[in-house]
Amino acid sequence: MRPNDSKSAGTSRRAVLAGMTATAATALASNQALAKDLVVGFIYVGAKDDYGYNQAHAEAAAILKKMPGVKVVEEEKVPETDDVSKTMESMIKLDGASLVFPTSFGYFDPYMLKMAAKYPKVEFRHCGGLWQKDKHPANTGSYFGYIGMGQYLNGIAAAHATKSKKLGFIAAKPIPQVLININSFALGAKSVDPSITTKVIFTGEWSMPVKEAEATNSLADQGIDVVTCHVDGPKVIMETAERRGIFACGYHADQAKLAPKGYLTGAEWNWITVYKQFIADAQAGKPLPNFVRGGLTDKFVKMSPYGPGLNAAGRKAVDAAKAEILKGGFAVFKGPLKDNKGNIVVPAGKSYPETAVELESQNYLVEGVLGSIS
Amino acid sequence: MIDTVALAMLGGSLRVSTPFLFVSLGECLTEKAGRINLGNEGVLVLGAMVAYATSYETGNPWAGIAAAAIAGLLLGGLHGAICSLTRVNDVAMGIALMLAGTGTAFFFGKPYVQPSAPLLPGIPLGFWSDSPQLRNALNVCPLFFLGLLAAFVMHWGFRSTRMGLRIRIVGDSQDAALALGLPINRTRLFATAAGSALAGIGGAFLSLYYPGSWNEGLSSGQGLMAVALVVFARWNPINCIYASLLFGAAGALGPSLQTVGVTWGYYLFYAAPYVVTLTVLILTARGGTALRGMPGQLSIGR
Amino acid sequence: MSADATYPLRRSLEAVFAPLLALLGALVLFSVFLVGLGQSPEDFFELVWDGAFGSWFSMQNTLQRAAPLLLTALCVAIPGQLGLVIIGGEAAVVLGGLAATVCALPFVNTSPILVLAVMAVTGTAAGALWIGISGWLRAKRGVNETIASLVLAYIGLALFNHLVEGVLRDPASLNKPSTCGIGDANMLDTVPWLEIHPGLPVGLLACIGCWIFIYRTTTGFASRVTGGNIRAARLQGLPVSKLILLACAIGGGCAGLAGAIEVAAEYGRANASLNAGYGYTGILIAFLARFNPLTVIPMAVLLGGLGAAGGLLQRRMGLPDATVQVLQGMIFIAILASDTLYGRFQWFQPRAAA
Repeated sequence: MRPNDSKSAGTSRRAVLAGMTATAATALASNQALAKDLVVGFIYVGAKDDYGYNQAHAEAAAILKKMPGVKVVEEEKVPETDDVSKTMESMIKLDGASLVFPTSFGYFDPYMLKMAAKYPKVEFRHCGGLWQKDKHPANTGSYFGYIGMGQYLNGIAAAHATKSKKLGFIAAKPIPQVLININSFALGAKSVDPSITTKVIFTGEWSMPVKEAEATNSLADQGIDVVTCHVDGPKVIMETAERRGIFACGYHADQAKLAPKGYLTGAEWNWITVYKQFIADAQAGKPLPNFVRGGLTDKFVKMSPYGPGLNAAGRKAVDAAKAEILKGGFAVFKGPLKDNKGNIVVPAGKSYPETAVELESQNYLVEGVLGSIS
Repeated sequence: MIDTVALAMLGGSLRVSTPFLFVSLGECLTEKAGRINLGNEGVLVLGAMVAYATSYETGNPWAGIAAAAIAGLLLGGLHGAICSLTRVNDVAMGIALMLAGTGTAFFFGKPYVQPSAPLLPGIPLGFWSDSPQLRNALNVCPLFFLGLLAAFVMHWGFRSTRMGLRIRIVGDSQDAALALGLPINRTRLFATAAGSALAGIGGAFLSLYYPGSWNEGLSSGQGLMAVALVVFARWNPINCIYASLLFGAAGALGPSLQTVGVTWGYYLFYAAPYVVTLTVLILTARGGTALRGMPGQLSIGR
Repeated sequence: MSADATYPLRRSLEAVFAPLLALLGALVLFSVFLVGLGQSPEDFFELVWDGAFGSWFSMQNTLQRAAPLLLTALCVAIPGQLGLVIIGGEAAVVLGGLAATVCALPFVNTSPILVLAVMAVTGTAAGALWIGISGWLRAKRGVNETIASLVLAYIGLALFNHLVEGVLRDPASLNKPSTCGIGDANMLDTVPWLEIHPGLPVGLLACIGCWIFIYRTTTGFASRVTGGNIRAARLQGLPVSKLILLACAIGGGCAGLAGAIEVAAEYGRANASLNAGYGYTGILIAFLARFNPLTVIPMAVLLGGLGAAGGLLQRRMGLPDATVQVLQGMIFIAILASDTLYGRFQWFQPRAAA
């Protein structure tokens, strides 16, 4: 098998050389000149400019690129297969990366864990995974933001904008991270007016523009007049909502430009806070933290500036709720709370602040959400 | 509840069917001349990108449509020209073209993912109704009517013009075409290029009307499915209209069922258009014999 | 002795010469494309070399990517020998992986050998069954197999997602819905010393096995006759329907096995990662290889290598990920168009005895 492979490789090598005059590779030289720099690898599951999840990370990476002593290497559209192991390994071996940020959930287990065991001197920090001290290697870790609070504020804004008292949520898949957002959005709206309902549509895919546009249209046809979402790239949803003349709350990144009339506000990631902290520790030679979480208070998450769709009363209400959250100790999920099948999911007297681990395995839709997860 | 779903399916079929209509008409034209072009998926994606970029740069969406048609014409012409060479397999070349078309579109389309280009305006056919839902469902893209027109022109052309007859003879029997001294390769080149121009317009619909945005996930296989729709339509342009509308309506079933509370099994409902297609194919197939209406020289029909 | 003793050698040379010339042409064309964009072709090809073949790590990366593609290419190549174009291998991969995982679950506490054997058999069977449907529809109902397999691929993927995110979901798989796992103890290890994907030796054996089947057995010969002319085959009394079913089942079985191996070697459970496009890339490889199971091997390595180099191109030259796709497209068009070169060079043709 080996001779066969090297033969085919050899022929293409010769073809390559025949097609050009071989000179010293300038691309390689640039790598060696930077031996002192901290090389940081970023891996994205989708396109860097998706107006959504991946763009939020890439925007932070772009800021890091300008920092002295830091070299950023990036790769986009890496699938959640063994390809990502090879990408990490290639960044480590060929680019000299000593800190790697695989930013998609599915990269964690088994790919990142395998690579971490193979390269104990390289630090791996993963976005969204649940790092556990007794289970996972010490050179790995995870970070994530409590963006549910942002969706709660989105819900308050939506409640002030809606006339039909019907809101819509377009979601990819019924997984805990998504369910927290749907429920927070619905609870935010209900905190203003308990009669408000939130209709949820699952598209089944993280990125499927035609289906997302269809979902937005079906929601608008039902008289729903505010939508928000949890898919990788919300661009099409925002644009379709704007064309239908309904309001929209953003998610992942600032989408105000896409819906100049109907944008209310949005829940955005602010990853630069997290990345700067990791880089500072790495440059100072300090051990990197393994489990990092933060919300609005910690500036891991931020809100888009208010759009023209949100009236003064709405702005005041969102400001007030935000001030309350920033004081600390605020809990969206507090008892008594029923799911939409009538079961008590949070008993009276009990409350889960955003940091509660219980929320990371949420498997219900709260009362007032129309839809089901199975 | 039923009427809600019905309305959603009507709106959905008017919104979603247009790209299927254009690509299936284009494929129909190509196949009538005895060639198959699986590369129309690549043409569709390239058309979408070129249309969006041109509309953004010139500020005129109609210029975008023209550019998409030209891009399709060129890519289709390439397919037609290469397949004119002896021994070159048109099915394989179509797959290569699909790869090249999408690759080129993604490569040059990067700078146009973020900007917002001017889109095509819809024709408000629902102005008489008080229902905003119906008004929206009947806000129809001018390209849809252009597609209908193209279907009727093609239907008439195949039956009643010299050119149409020539295409049909070349597609049905190479021997007859040779005997009559018809330029086989030139006819097929024309049919492939023109067919791909139509597919390019189908792509322009995606980026300039619905969903009206350019990104790499824009096409979900519309160009490939069109090949199936042509078989479904028995190589008849008028039937292409029905096939596309039916396919579009079935595609709207998934989201609209969820809005009315049917939340179980959404993956299966999303697959409804494919199940419908397969069922029709099975029901209309004649065991062992060639399909009625199929051009005799088609490489997939042996 | 015949005066033209070197003809068989020249004929094989012709089969290598035409695609190589095409490859060279595509690379020159792509270099022009790069220069037009202000990029350096030297850097580009140096990086492709480094990323794909330049070191043992790069070779591993390439072979890793090629491994599943060997089997999915066979899913197209074997039916291709009968003149069938099957493009629905993706569904056979995911359903094979799913069936293998689910059927292995009752055995996870027995022995790894048993678990792996169950997975291999059930994964293969599921893939064979799924592509077999397309073959059956073609043979018995006259439904075009290309379109049937395409539509069935969409349906199969929907079914897979429905099951993995529904009844077969492990409730503990929180943010990435998956089935229950087969357990670390039962997983396939990499090939000792070489540290490469265990699917690679399996894929190579499958390619060799399929080559023997196609070119060295009577059934294989009958299949090629059918592929050459289906009407003539019927007239000769060949069991065309049975051959179609057999070829589709073998091809689908290979793709299903690829899914089972991915689960056993990589994920340990079935989830959306299985739907990674291996089935679609397999189509390209099979066509490049002209459905010859042995030629599949270098073509899979070529595509695996381009995939492996893609990341380096993004990181070092700032080129978009679609660059590799553009290059692949050019190579494909050139190699497929080079079919027309056969028989056009006098030197390769048989020479009359003087």
